[in-house]
Amino acid sequence: MKSCYKSPPPGVDLSKLNGLLIVIEGPDSSGRSTQIRLLSEWLEQQGFAVSQVGLKRSNLVSAELEKAKEGNVLSPRTMSLFYATDFYDQMENNIIAALRAGFIVIADRYIFTLMVRDIVRGADPAYTKSLYSMAIVPDAVFYLKVSTPYLVNRTLEAKGHMDYWESGMDLGISRNWYTSFVKYQQRIRAEFAKLSRQYEFEIINGDRSVVGIQKDLRDQVEKLLDHNDSILGLSEG
Amino acid sequence: MNAKNSFPGRLIAVEGLDGSGKSTQIYLLHQWLKGMKRKVFFSEWNSSTLVKEATRRGKKGQLLTPTTFSLIHATDFADRYERQIQPMLEGGYIVLCDRYMFTSFARDGVRGCEKSWLRDLYSFAAVPDITLYFRLPSSIALGRILEGRPTLKYFEAGMDLGLSSDLTTSFSMFSERIMAQYEGMAQEFGFVSIDATRLIHEQQEIVRNVVSTRIELSRFARR
Repeated sequence: MKSCYKSPPPGVDLSKLNGLLIVIEGPDSSGRSTQIRLLSEWLEQQGFAVSQVGLKRSNLVSAELEKAKEGNVLSPRTMSLFYATDFYDQMENNIIAALRAGFIVIADRYIFTLMVRDIVRGADPAYTKSLYSMAIVPDAVFYLKVSTPYLVNRTLEAKGHMDYWESGMDLGISRNWYTSFVKYQQRIRAEFAKLSRQYEFEIINGDRSVVGIQKDLRDQVEKLLDHNDSILGLSEG
Repeated sequence: MNAKNSFPGRLIAVEGLDGSGKSTQIYLLHQWLKGMKRKVFFSEWNSSTLVKEATRRGKKGQLLTPTTFSLIHATDFADRYERQIQPMLEGGYIVLCDRYMFTSFARDGVRGCEKSWLRDLYSFAAVPDITLYFRLPSSIALGRILEGRPTLKYFEAGMDLGLSSDLTTSFSMFSERIMAQYEGMAQEFGFVSIDATRLIHEQQEIVRNVVSTRIELSRFARR
């Protein structure tokens, strides 16, 4: 039976959510999307229906979020409430529907990224915790932990430049993008470390080959499936 | 928990059902203060340009759940609070708000949002120095709304709660529950209740009395 961190949102019935919710967290360029793609393919080949969700994909406010990111016109709190709206819109309309239909939902980041981003921008952790207290507790959270030098390399390799937001340029840590990126990502990692204790993440060493990471993920998900075969209605194996 | 207003400015909010006449009353108060050349600023619920489009889209498609309905209004409020209301208070203005966080506490509470979650959501906002609550039976509120336009709107009538498939019945049931929420908050937040069935100018006289008694208006002279 699924649960929420505190009480569920009004009107949400948790009793018929038969699917599994698997969350992959990790910074940009940590290889998240590749891992999710490979994991989905593997699950689908075994006959499981998979649904992918991510941040900023709701119909309700994603246009506003895009606009705000371009123009940088929002206060941090407005921005974080917009993200929270987006999150709950997706949770109530997509994640819950998919879980009810018995899908394995793979979330490309979840509330943790949103919380961490807010906290490094000065949000009160208690405020953030309450804001997301109605989120469904995932069946597993995998956090791809990537060391800073590795992450810098991958970012430069993949994009050829540094992203304004992923470098935390809005925080005014440094005028130098490289320095800002390094310091911002360190802060993010420190906050993730705190959350990982509170919210029980599986930490996956992301400083390895795609294949190595994927093997780890599959082993963990395999265990999860063994524990949940009756829930997923696969008792005959 | 919300702090008291500790800024140099003063904060006045009006609350009440749709059709209770609160917007008229705060408009008249605004006019009076402007006429006296006071530093005054007006802000209206759900009016941030950035959030408006999203709210409209959500309401039109009836995509909103109680949670996202609440969050989108909180986003609007946060945007106005941090860009306008708080700076105006810090700059020593009298800030007039047509609806404040109590609207969310009442409406979203009726829609099933947890009280503690709602209180936390708005914990960054100062409690107004004066909150004027315009008390009106829902049947009269309904009549007043329908004088202005032919039908009730979906969310205004609380149709999303599924209380009744009839717009008017739903409105009455929804309004009764909203009023109960307001009554429950009245003491905690020190609402000044005003009988909204009285004549407009009589109500305004009460409003101006309360304001000039509680706020030293001479301190807010426009230079």
